[in-house]
Order: sequence, then structure tokens, then C-alpha cells
Amino acid sequence: MEILAWLIPVSLFLGGVGLAAFVWTLRARQYDDPEGDSRRILSSEHDDRPKR
Amino acid sequence: MTAALRPSPSACPACAVAPAAAGATAADAAEERLILSLPGIHCAACIVAVEGDLARHPGVRSARVNLTLKRVSVAADPGVTAEALIDRLGRLGYEAHELDASALSATETDRQGRDLLMRMGVAGFAMMNVMLLSVSVWSGAEAATRDLFHWISAAIALPTVAFAGQPFFRSAWAALRAWRLGMDVPISLALILASAISLYETANSGRHAYFDAAVMLCFFLLAGRYLDHRTRAIARSAAQELAALEVPRAVRLRDGIEETVALAELAPGDLVRVRPGARMPVDGVVEEGASEIDRSLLTGESLPVAVAPGAAVCAGEVNLTGPLAVRVTAAGKDSALHRMADLVAVAEAARTRYTSLADRAARAYSPLVHLLALASFLAWMWASDGDVRLAVNIAAAVLIITCPCALGLAVPAVVTAASGRLFRKGLLIKNGTALERLAEVDTVAFDKTGTLTLGAPEPTNLADHPREALAVAAALGAASGHPLAQALAAGARATGIAPPRLEGLREVPGFGVEGRWHGRTVRLGRADWVGAAPVAQTATYLDLGDAAPRAFTFEDRLRPGAAAAVAALQARGLRVILLSGDVPAAVGALARRLGIREWHAGVRPEEKAAAVAALSAEGRRVMMVGDGLNDTAALAAAHVSVSPASALDAARVASDIVLLGRDLAPIADAVQTGVRARQRIRENFAISAIYNVVAVPIALAGFATPLAAALAMSLSSITVSINALRLK
Repeated sequence: MEILAWLIPVSLFLGGVGLAAFVWTLRARQYDDPEGDSRRILSSEHDDRPKR
Repeated sequence: MTAALRPSPSACPACAVAPAAAGATAADAAEERLILSLPGIHCAACIVAVEGDLARHPGVRSARVNLTLKRVSVAADPGVTAEALIDRLGRLGYEAHELDASALSATETDRQGRDLLMRMGVAGFAMMNVMLLSVSVWSGAEAATRDLFHWISAAIALPTVAFAGQPFFRSAWAALRAWRLGMDVPISLALILASAISLYETANSGRHAYFDAAVMLCFFLLAGRYLDHRTRAIARSAAQELAALEVPRAVRLRDGIEETVALAELAPGDLVRVRPGARMPVDGVVEEGASEIDRSLLTGESLPVAVAPGAAVCAGEVNLTGPLAVRVTAAGKDSALHRMADLVAVAEAARTRYTSLADRAARAYSPLVHLLALASFLAWMWASDGDVRLAVNIAAAVLIITCPCALGLAVPAVVTAASGRLFRKGLLIKNGTALERLAEVDTVAFDKTGTLTLGAPEPTNLADHPREALAVAAALGAASGHPLAQALAAGARATGIAPPRLEGLREVPGFGVEGRWHGRTVRLGRADWVGAAPVAQTATYLDLGDAAPRAFTFEDRLRPGAAAAVAALQARGLRVILLSGDVPAAVGALARRLGIREWHAGVRPEEKAAAVAALSAEGRRVMMVGDGLNDTAALAAAHVSVSPASALDAARVASDIVLLGRDLAPIADAVQTGVRARQRIRENFAISAIYNVVAVPIALAGFATPLAAALAMSLSSITVSINALRLK
């Protein structure tokens, strides 16, 4: 059962990373235009940063 | 987040395109932000075309399309006007309207949405982690391991519930203080009880902890809350956006100098300049100039009316031919337009009394759940001879299991799916309950001018005239801004006629255009001016100087999709009625063209409202489609109301649904979507009810385990969401 001592912190850490990534996407306004973003990948114009 | 939270220069939208903007704050201050509504955009090619084209416009710094909201926000140098951009987009084939950037307080609604999304995300991640631990407990972790897992779960779940549950706690507290039991009271009670009992059980090495249930409850309910918020936010921003469609500016004349001012700054006694093609911003009296004005939005009559100095004009009328200087008699809140809007507000209040399916469900639900939980607590106290721990545990299980996860998602998920579907077709739902009301409609009343027709004339008798006369008329027509002249020129061009060159072209405001052709004076304009006998229809007259003047007659052009919409509504078995303020000849002709059997002409605004009220009194559910001031009272009195985006402010405010594009065909779709949405909502209620019928007895009997609660909760929520998605 010693493995738990590793696995639990690892799972918590990974969850924390996921949460941090989510917070980042939220702050970077990535949910402002979901429909447009899903179409933009089809355009050949380079566009790597969501603007307002 | 908003700029206030991130004061770094990169929070500014312009900086993404101007990387050197770190020190360019002075330039930013002078930047103008324009927002245009683009009802027609729908794909990647549209985005690229619009952004690329706008970026080529001189002075535009950046343009960014938001496809979800169907608008483009433009950062430009001061001096770039929305009209120029709208023109540019029009040439590209995109319909555009200017929105008042200051009226769109997008950041405010956004902040709430982000806040909910953040809490939902936190709850989601916590749910995953806690579930990981719970699964090990359910699969047989014992003794010390189980306690350890419970403690870790507690460490994750308690802060999460405290953070993510705040929207529920807040509104439950507000409800309790007002002596009401909202949906949020049982939710908050379940969250708090579940957390407290689980903590107590963990401390005493108990077997069952409901941390996962508490966090999951938070997550699913927040998902429902977020969807609900989004629909409302869209509805609210729609209302503001529509108010913004009519950009509140006027040209004031002061000592002969023109200055553009906000409408709010105008006072009675001011002199304003109204250019041809512009809408009267105020009520007033014509001081100088002669012109014709289009009153169709106010009265429904399609023929223009001539005005000269001394004539009274009302806000909302459109100036057609000559520039006018108007002395303001009433502006803003005092204008006839706004007084009408106030009447509408009164009528609106009556409609908000409509109770939605969700309200009815919630009203029945809360007391029932509390009674059930209390009953189970008392029953188990009695059955177990006062074992408080057991009784509280079971009461909590009842509260958790009956908690309206599915109920909370049932309506928002359907409304989101349905309004998203309608939005893609160009319909904006302003009111959440509009969908349900739409489903009940059995009668549709249409207005004529501006609704079934575009309010744009179309020549009807071009073929009756010799080519030569047509050619001269086209040349004269092209020189005038009057809609009839423009329509004539366009109609002649479409038949392939090349207009001859005329000399000395000159527009006489309020009368017509004249020029010289082969040494003769030729005139196109009003009957009395060219010396013609007027005909009964809308017409303009051509005098070639050799024979009797000729009359070119016009008919209002049908709105695209009008015939399809009427046919589809009639095919659904709905009764279609045409109510118009126009003359019988025009109304009857249109009714025959569209196959509408029931029509009324010369209907005054109050009669329209009375007609709708009479139908309602017969037990009919009326959908009113109209655009003018003369329709507003009827729009407000109807069960559901629809207006096109070109409608007057007051009419759009009074209606539940706005057509963003020019096409009328989506109205029939809207009715169908409404019917299907109501059906999905009912199915969803049935699903949540079935799940409660199965789960509640188990909980009451004391057999509910955290595993059963988690399963039932997630299954019902997911079923409900998937059922809603079938609408897409």
C-alpha cells in the first residue's frame, strides 16, 4: 500500500494542473466565441491569440 | 478577465495587432471602437472575408468577428464612421447594423458568466478527484485506508462546496429572508447537510461519506445555472443591442454650423438638420426645406407624404428627398415615440405574469422535498428509538437523492439548444419563456408594410412604356435619392436599358428631378409638379415635354421568405390574418398574392391591439408579427410577438423574438422549434420524475448508498442533457 503515498499526491497534482490550465483558458477569454474558434481553424490565416 | 483585473498593456485589444503598443497609451486613448451586428455570417469563409475586408479600410486598426454573437468589433482611428464600414460590408454582400458600443455593457454580463464558469470548473475538477477516491472506497477500501480517503476527499470537497456553492447559498439566503422557499433552499440544505454529515461520519470512522455527491451536485447544478445565465445574458444583451440599433445621434444646427450630438443633449427649441434618407430623431416642426416623408413605420401607410415649412413631423418618420431643418418641440422621453413605448411597457407587465413550466415545477417541488426529508427523519427517529445519527443520515440521503440535478438542467439545456438553433437561423429570442409560448400559438397576425413587405417599392408597369421613355426615366431617377426614383432606375437597369446623358440635372426637393434631353425639359416627380392626373396607386410621373405625362406605378416589394413563411404556417394549420393600416387596394392585392384569406385594411393602431385582444378573448393564442409604431400595442398584447431587425425601437422592445436577417421564412421554423422544445422540456420533467419515483423509496427505506446517489444523479443529468441536445 506504500504506493498510495505516491499515487495520491500524483493524482492531486495532476488534478491541480488541469484546474490551473482551466483557469488560464478562462482568463485568456477562450470561451468567448466557441463557434467562431471552431471555424477559425479552417482558415489559412495565422491567428494564434484570441482577441476581444 | 476584464481589463480592470489585468492592468497590463496586453489587456487592450489593439495590442495584439500592435506589439509595440506598450508605450502607446496615448494612441489607444484616441481609438474608436465600433461594433457591428452581422446577422448573415455563418462560416470560416465569412470570418476571413469580413475581417480581411475591414482591415483594408483606411484607418481600421483591427477587426475581430465573434461568430457566437454574430458581430464584429472594430478598433479604428477616430473619424472612421460605421456608415462607411456598413457600406463596405454591404458591397461584399453582408448585411450589417451599427450597435452602440456604450450601450453594450458586455463586460458586466460577462463577469457573471465567467464567475459561474470558474465555479463550475473548480467543482468539476474537485468532482473528478473526489470520485477517484470514492471509487476505491466503493470497491472495498477498509478501515484506515477508507478513513484516509475520506479525509482527503473532505480536504478537497469542503473548500470546493464553500466556493462553488456560493451562488446557491446566496440566493437561498435571499429567499429565506423574504419568507419564500425557492429551488435554492433545498439545494443549499442538501449541500450543507451532506458536507456536515460526511465530515461527522469521517471523524467517527463511518462507512458512508457523501463528499462526492455534494461536489457532483454542485457541478451539475452550476452547469444548469450557467446555461440559464447564458440564455438570459444573450437575451439581455439582445435587448441592449436592439436599443443600440437605432444609434442615438442627431445633427444640431447652431448659428448655421452643423454639429453631431447625442440625442439626449437635444432640448425643445433646438434646430436639427435631417438629411434625406435619415430618420426624424425628434418631434418637431419643419423650419425650412421641402421634402416627402415616409410615415409607414408609424401609421402603416405606404405612400409618402409631402411636407413644407410649418408641417409637424414625428420622431421615427423617414425623410425622403430634401434636407430639412426641424425645430424641436419634443425630444427623447417626451417624443411621441417614447410615449408610445411607455404604453408598451404597461402592456408588457401583463405578459410577464406568464408562469413557465420550470416555475410551476419548482413551486411544487420545494415544499414536497422538505416535507419528505422531515418525514423520513421523524419516522426513523421513531423506528430506531431515537438514533439521531441514523435518522439525520437518512434524511440527508433523501435530500441529496431528490435534489433537482436533472430538474435544474431540464429547462436550461432545452432552452439553450433551441435558442441556439433559432439563432443560427437568424432569430433572436429575447425572452426565456417565449419558446414555451411559441408552442401554444394557433393564430398568426401579420402587419403589412415593413413586415410582409420590405417597405421598398418595386416598379410594376415598366413594360407599358416605350424604351425611350424608360431610358429617360432611368437617367432622371438615378440622379435622385428618392426611393421611388431609385427603384425606377434600378428596375430600368435590370431590363438592360442604357440611360442617355441628360444635361442640367437638378433635384427640386419635395417635387422631383428635372433635366434637359434633346433640348426639351424633362421631369420626373410628383403628379402636380409634372402636370399629370394622379393615379390611385403609389406612382411617380414622367413628363417628356411632348405628350401627356406617363405614370410609373409601384408596388411594395415582398420580403424574402414571406410567401414561404405564410404557406408553412398555414400548412401547420395556423390561422393567418393580415392587419394593415394601409389602403384596402394595396392590402387586398398583397393578401391575394400570399394566399391570406383573412385581411383587414385601414386598421388604426388601437384597433390592431383590440383585434388581438378580441382573438385572445376567444381563447386563441396569437402571434403578432409587426414592425411599426402602429403595431407596438398589438405586439405587446399578443401571446408572442416577432419583429424584424429593421423595426422601430419601440416595436422591437415590445417583441419577444427579433428576426435578425431580412428573411421571414424562419418564423415557421420558430413555431416548430417551440413545439419541439416544449415537448423536450416535458420529457425531461418526466425523466427526472421517474428517477425520483425509483430513487426516493430506496432513500426513504435507508438503503441509499453514496454510490447509488452518485449513479442516479449523473445518469439522470446526462439523460436530460442528451435529450435536450436532440433539438440541435
